[in-house]
Amino acid sequence: MMGAREWLMLAGLAVLIVLVGMWFKVPTTIQILITALAYALIALGLNVQWGYGGLFNFGVMGFVMLGGYATVLVGYDVNPDFWGSEGPVMLARALLAAAIGAALILATMQVHRIGIKGRLRTFLLIVAWAIAYFGYRSQVDPAAVYIEREAGFVGGLGLPVLIGWVVGGVLAGAVGFLIGKICLGLRTDYLAIATIGISEIVRALMKNMDWLTRGTLTVSPIPWPVPQQQDVVAMGVTNDTLALSVSRSMYLVVTLVVIAVLYVLLQRAYYGPWGRMMRAIRDNHVAAASMGKNVKRRQLEIFVIGSVLMGIGGAILTGYVQLYDPSSFQPINYTFIVWVMVIVGGAGNNLGALFGGVLIILIWNISDPLSQLLFLELNDGLAAAGLPTIDNVEVRALQMRVFVLGLVIVLALRYAPKGLIPERIRSREEPEQSTRA
Amino acid sequence: MNDFIFFINKVLVVGTVQGSIYALGAVGVTLIFGILRFAHFAHGDMMTMGAFIAYALATIAAALGIQTFWPTGFIVLPLAIPITFAAALVIDRAFYRPLRERGAKPVTLLIASIGVTLMLQGLIRLFGGVQPLSFFENETKELFRVTLPLEGANRPITFSEPQLLLIAATVISVVALHLFLTRSRLGKGMRAMADNPDLARVSGINTDQVIRATWIIAGSLACIAGTMLALDVSLKADLAFNILLAIFAAAIVGGLGHAYGAIAGGFLVGFSETLAVFNWAILLRPFKDAIPWEVPADLSIVPTEYKLTVAFVILVLVLLFRPTGIFRGAST
Repeated sequence: MMGAREWLMLAGLAVLIVLVGMWFKVPTTIQILITALAYALIALGLNVQWGYGGLFNFGVMGFVMLGGYATVLVGYDVNPDFWGSEGPVMLARALLAAAIGAALILATMQVHRIGIKGRLRTFLLIVAWAIAYFGYRSQVDPAAVYIEREAGFVGGLGLPVLIGWVVGGVLAGAVGFLIGKICLGLRTDYLAIATIGISEIVRALMKNMDWLTRGTLTVSPIPWPVPQQQDVVAMGVTNDTLALSVSRSMYLVVTLVVIAVLYVLLQRAYYGPWGRMMRAIRDNHVAAASMGKNVKRRQLEIFVIGSVLMGIGGAILTGYVQLYDPSSFQPINYTFIVWVMVIVGGAGNNLGALFGGVLIILIWNISDPLSQLLFLELNDGLAAAGLPTIDNVEVRALQMRVFVLGLVIVLALRYAPKGLIPERIRSREEPEQSTRA
Repeated sequence: MNDFIFFINKVLVVGTVQGSIYALGAVGVTLIFGILRFAHFAHGDMMTMGAFIAYALATIAAALGIQTFWPTGFIVLPLAIPITFAAALVIDRAFYRPLRERGAKPVTLLIASIGVTLMLQGLIRLFGGVQPLSFFENETKELFRVTLPLEGANRPITFSEPQLLLIAATVISVVALHLFLTRSRLGKGMRAMADNPDLARVSGINTDQVIRATWIIAGSLACIAGTMLALDVSLKADLAFNILLAIFAAAIVGGLGHAYGAIAGGFLVGFSETLAVFNWAILLRPFKDAIPWEVPADLSIVPTEYKLTVAFVILVLVLLFRPTGIFRGAST
């Protein structure tokens, strides 16, 4: 399974990690590695959707946000003000309204069975949607106002945050299922635009539903699943840096375990009949459909699995920084960067996605100080030549990351279109031999 | 009556302005799709880039002491447009053409356009910073107030100079585009290539020239739209990325590849947005006594924060029910 190219790439990555570790301090390096692994998991999710299934998901950010919110909902402290008020009852009424609305829509969809067809059915559907929408709004709007006034926001459930990781996956998967149901019939570029829209809507909701997420006021601190620095100090480690390293390493280990388990499962699925079927659908869905494969259902399956991985990745990321700030989510940092990872790493190859995830985060983190150095050098030269120098070096250097990211993806598309670790297709007769160029 | 004028200000004026900007952006997207067959995601940033070029030129003009009756940002457009489309041509040459020549799939080009988006974003932020900039630091933004000669109407219809200029620029661009597409040889070649690239090639149409013309038109319109948008509100690094969804919705509503459809789609999306976020309770206010029940204070269909969802809902509905756009069967 591992050829010379893979070993070479992984060795290069290891050298890079060591170099970064020598440059930054140890706790910082561990922090970068945790971020890198969380992103690698998100990239794995996108690789399932794009690499296995050929589904163009440009809404990664939305799923990451949902996963992140799950850690708040599950892990954050219980808000007694909310539970002691009328809030839960009002929210339950809103939920009931939503459920009745959904039932109404589903029932209207079935009217063709009693002979109502064509335009009349469409009209009835529109009416049903309108009733459902305004019915829900009439319940949820006063509830939102009331909760924000009386309790701030709904708070969390105070459960172990690891459950939040699971819930993050489930939540993202459920939303992925709904989106997939609506959008998966669309053509590639239409799907891209539709998913970008969905992630923007998720962001708008998270930002403005103050009663649920506290919006721009942000939620923190979200607890960790492992002891934090002060806990390690309390256990008798006197060196602060060491304590920080120990605590972060534990978070890293937990993340590693999650990724290792998911990776093994995905690898097994990929090399099993299921993976073969998926690749067949991706490469020629007409042929696959003619062989009796239920293309739409399989694609939905893959979309949900990818979304679950993204949700878990988002939960790990948000859980690590302990802060949920909906306005800090930008498509560049959470959607496009993940695409760069999958393209550079090698679409269709799990190892490639992991590799790309770690590599791109390393590049992302070192291009800021590197460009600062570059600018300062430039400034020295400019000053020596008597020219005006560059101001705001720190702010500007930070923006260089985005440029470097763009450059990496166009270079990869041009010179390594299959990625640095390309997908390998093994045939039954000659394992290790045939690779798709 | 004042409530009705409020409606005109909030829906007609704002809708026309939004629609014009969406239309200008959507024409570019739709032309690129028609000729090059990929969804150009960097289009929003091309608009922002055009606006920043205009801003840089306006700053230079202000430093030289040039001041006219018109806003400086508008005056520098004839210079900003060529620079923007030159940049668009360079981008095509450097990033898209090599992929095209390799025979890459449209999806690859789409991903490349994401790379271009990121590079443009990086450069814009590198040079322009992330804080909002205003074209009107040294000049005043003129406001026009028109009072209707109606009884009970003492509030004026208000719109600003940039808004008026934007609408004028849109009309001129659309007419020019129409003449180009129907009268000129190159424009006809473009339509032919959008309809059937292979047939166009064997008929002796210079496809490279057509592609260049596409970038020139798309770049010019992006520059106009970006600058006018920045004149109307303010100039930020994420100025046009935020309206990318609306632009794509407009292009798809009109049918991807159909220039006239994109214009109609732009206005359709613009007006839908303003109508959806408009608080209809205001229009009911004059009839308060005639309505037996109490009118709620807020009767907008969608809260303003979720304006974005309007474009999205239109997009999904069109894609699900009329994937080729609302003008099925139209050509160009």
